[in-house]
Amino acid sequence: MIIVVLVIDIIFFNRLIKTKSNGVKMIYLDNAATSWPKLPEVLKAITEVMEQAGGNPGRSGHRFSVAAARVVYECREKVTEFFNISDPKRVIFTANATQAINLVLRGILKPGDHVVTSSMEHNAVMRPLRFLEKQGIVIKIAQCAADGTLDVSEIAKLIDNKTRLVVISLASNVTGTILPVAEVTPVAHQFGALVLADAAQAAGAIPIDLRQNGVDFLAFTGHKELLGPTGIGGLIISQNVDARTITPLMFGGTGSRSDSEEQPEDMPDKFESGTANMIGIAGLRAALGWINQRGLAAIGEHNKELTMMLLEGLANINGVKIYGTPNAGNSLAIVSFTIKGKKVSEVGFRLDDEFEIMARVGLHCAPAAHRTIGSFPEGTVRFSPGIFTTTENVKQTLKAVQKVTRS
Amino acid sequence: MKYGVILFNTTTSVMQAEKILLKADFVIKLIPTPREFSADCGISIRFDLDRNAQIKALLEKEKANYEAIHPLVVNGV
Repeated sequence: MIIVVLVIDIIFFNRLIKTKSNGVKMIYLDNAATSWPKLPEVLKAITEVMEQAGGNPGRSGHRFSVAAARVVYECREKVTEFFNISDPKRVIFTANATQAINLVLRGILKPGDHVVTSSMEHNAVMRPLRFLEKQGIVIKIAQCAADGTLDVSEIAKLIDNKTRLVVISLASNVTGTILPVAEVTPVAHQFGALVLADAAQAAGAIPIDLRQNGVDFLAFTGHKELLGPTGIGGLIISQNVDARTITPLMFGGTGSRSDSEEQPEDMPDKFESGTANMIGIAGLRAALGWINQRGLAAIGEHNKELTMMLLEGLANINGVKIYGTPNAGNSLAIVSFTIKGKKVSEVGFRLDDEFEIMARVGLHCAPAAHRTIGSFPEGTVRFSPGIFTTTENVKQTLKAVQKVTRS
Repeated sequence: MKYGVILFNTTTSVMQAEKILLKADFVIKLIPTPREFSADCGISIRFDLDRNAQIKALLEKEKANYEAIHPLVVNGV
């Protein structure tokens, strides 16, 4: 076993070495888009599930099908523990957070329903809402401050008896700003409204406890801070929600109640038609195991240190403007900035082309957030370090930004 | 041999029950659901019928979701 792990580590390490060219080691600062590199444990789990649990989970009774079903169930249990809920059947696997958000919005909202959201939301929330608006849903948007923060009173004043749902991001993908979801939930519940939290960016970066924040729906993706592969995410539906009132996004085979042509009401099958993403689920299970072992506190400390370094370093470079909260304590490891007189696309290209530093530039699929922080339509350059980013990487990045500002 | 077969509505419930029963050291086997019972879920759990009462009690105690338990007689095995 140890030898196998060692060999995998060596292969993995060699792969990283090969990323060097021109004597410069590339620096990946786009973990908010998707985390990289993926853990050796995740790669191993993906290979193993294909080799040793190659059946369709729950569709047949043979050993491969059962082995696959066990992998799915164990992942479901890990997600249950990770977000501190009690029932694994309330974890719905989806392709990503976007699908999970769509499932809720399109599954519960009806013409005439009011939805309250924030002005820092991603298009995963805004686009389905704008689509539903044309069908008679009323959208109310709470204005966040120019630093991306949300004053609870701004959102509370929009919530009333007509509010069916409050949709709010746990943290912004543009500035990393953490929004006060746990404070919004009681206000929504007071008026009988449900709360959908978008944890795409926050899950894996900060502790999320559903018993503590009280949200009714939590949408997450597996490939960002949760360190799993792309193509796997999920929706948690809390015990407070009657799942019978939600229309599924997709209908189809579930491997259960196969005598009926009607969609079953049983959880999670009602919302999981079609063959599960075994690669994604096996990878996510391994990633969650790794995160649990490392601990969110240690991951948070690492992120905080790098974010502080980036914020302080960038603030000392002439011509750099930082957006969002200049405080690593209330933010994820995401830093957005612009350079005076330079287009963000040019900055992004030069960082990659000359220094092999990968950042994401532009609007980050969040025009509402960029309008809020005053960077629309140009957008920003976004650095998002990850668990494998080193302080040395950050130092080199700051030097590179300095060089880009000067020429 | 006289077996009992536990039927479920979802694979998730099968996995949950399997875990509970294995933890309590019951000898069980996951089998394709016998066609004579139900088509609800493709997988069922088979056990020795003489453990029926204990298994039923444990599943109730752990609030495991199952649909029914049926006796199954297998000849010549």
